Amino acid sequence: MPKVLMKGNEAIAEAAIRAGCLNYFAYPITPQSEVAEYLCWRLPEVNGVFLQGESEVAVAYMIFGAAGAGVRVFTTSSSPGISLMSEGISYLCGAELPAVFVNIMRGGPGLGGILPSQADYLQATKGIGHGDCRLLVMAPASVQEAAEMVMQAFPLAEKYRNPVMILGDGLIGQMMEPVEFPDHLRSEPSNKDGWASSGMDHRKSKTRNLVRSLFLDPEQLNRHNMDLRAKYERMKAEEVQYENFNTEGDYQALIVSYGTMSRVCKTAVNMLKEQGIEVGLIRPRTLFPFPEAAIGEAAAKVSCRAVLSVEMSMGQMVEDVERSVRGARPVQWYGKCGGEVPTPEEIIEVVKTTLASDLSRR
Amino acid sequence: MAKTFQRPQALFDQPTHYCPGCTHGVIHRLVAETIDELGIRGRTVGIAPVGCAVLAYNYIDCDFQEAAHGRAPAMATGIKRVRPDLMVFTYQGDGDLASIGMGEIIHAANRGEKFTTIFVNNAIYGMTGGQMAPTTMPNQRTSTSPFGRKTEEAGMPIRVAELLSALVTPAYVTRQTVIRPKYIQKAKKAILKAFTYQMEKRCFSLVELVSTCPTNWGMTPPEAIQWAEDVLLPYYPLGDVKTPDADVKEAPCKTK
Repeated sequence: MPKVLMKGNEAIAEAAIRAGCLNYFAYPITPQSEVAEYLCWRLPEVNGVFLQGESEVAVAYMIFGAAGAGVRVFTTSSSPGISLMSEGISYLCGAELPAVFVNIMRGGPGLGGILPSQADYLQATKGIGHGDCRLLVMAPASVQEAAEMVMQAFPLAEKYRNPVMILGDGLIGQMMEPVEFPDHLRSEPSNKDGWASSGMDHRKSKTRNLVRSLFLDPEQLNRHNMDLRAKYERMKAEEVQYENFNTEGDYQALIVSYGTMSRVCKTAVNMLKEQGIEVGLIRPRTLFPFPEAAIGEAAAKVSCRAVLSVEMSMGQMVEDVERSVRGARPVQWYGKCGGEVPTPEEIIEVVKTTLASDLSRR
Repeated sequence: MAKTFQRPQALFDQPTHYCPGCTHGVIHRLVAETIDELGIRGRTVGIAPVGCAVLAYNYIDCDFQEAAHGRAPAMATGIKRVRPDLMVFTYQGDGDLASIGMGEIIHAANRGEKFTTIFVNNAIYGMTGGQMAPTTMPNQRTSTSPFGRKTEEAGMPIRVAELLSALVTPAYVTRQTVIRPKYIQKAKKAILKAFTYQMEKRCFSLVELVSTCPTNWGMTPPEAIQWAEDVLLPYYPLGDVKTPDADVKEAPCKTK
């Protein structure tokens, strides 16, 4: 397929169809409603299912029901909507069901705003629901990458029988960029016969499947949680994705940044290079699992004096960066979270100030 | 000699966890008989609620999903929309359906989702230990209304069947009971009818079943039956509230 110019939200919608996901349930919320507005006519074209639910709470359970029946299914929402879905996401993790949730983040807390933000980092990576549940979280930095990640997300969700979240800031959903879609994928989880409540008649085994998250026996529940933990550990071992930028040579500072923010940081890195200041950048493509080893290694470079976490939140990623750096370098934060994206000039200023401060002089 | 009465194939042979005098067992059996009679066990998915019937899948032998509190109608919607060939029923209590899950049941009913809801109304929360429900009667004592339900604070009990019948789309809404043998055959017919309507791809159907909870009502089983008959049935009258021939036969919702 040739390149087409598309809005991020529409590319996400089309990518899901090309990933073989023909089932979508959602509730409108800015800034991602274009996904529903696209799929409401596009899904019927491919004989798919589109349904606008009565609330995000209900939508999360429509996703649960459909995923539990063994089909590919996804939803999209934005920050306050994801909060409402978080109960259902915990149930999906508990019942080990694959599904894809897209969060096109807006500012918070509460109603916050409708402009881009990255303020759901902690919610997505550490606090998505009650109990010991985790999501595999992918953070695209372009419309093309958003489409590719959506297509990767379904097989990953099925590999782990766990929900996967695409965490994009509002700009990823709203901006238009050229996008090229990879080939179609198969449309059903290949492993569903072992667990899906798809009707006994439809399975070779002719034994019934129970989709559930209740384990009243403490030993059984502990075993269940140990199994879930093993899956999350396996994600950490196998699914880390990140991008290195300007880290081959020496650099005085390392920036860690993801999503749209990382693109602004790259511009700043290029501008600083022209001024004779080398700065490396690592862009996590997965936020859980977090590229700890890569960041730790990059921060440990002898020339590197400080590490900066640049994000459109009040420093939600800093603890993960600190954890990765393991105290080897001071970790600073810079960010904004009202809906404005920090400019390259602001980032350049912060890098210079950091390098001039006592913190980074050793 | 041929056996004329036996355990339905869709019902497991196992000891019950329900209290003496509880009507869940009878209702489970009626659902299992219906599944057998329609020959749909291999393509039926039940949805167990949060409440005493959360373990319904330990008794009814078909595929099951276990819901979060009140969300069974949303899950049934998800299943039925992507797999219209499956037969789907939710089994819900009054705390589950009429309190925390009121939004989900109203919207599923109004969209005309093609599944069946078995709604067990015993006017109290059972599993959590007898708290006041939206269906608790005026002056009825519960663990959170120890001096009786005050209607000036909690309002009058919700009549779910009548409430849902105010919607245009649902096909079949009925209220039955199983507290005495004379009512059970009617309840069975209603459940069979509700499942049959679903097979015919008609819109949403709900069977409300006025039930007993002797343990949390603080009564013996016979007292509970008597109280249900004297107090619940006059407020929750039995009979069909909405039948499919009256209004819309087919839901606007899509079948694959």
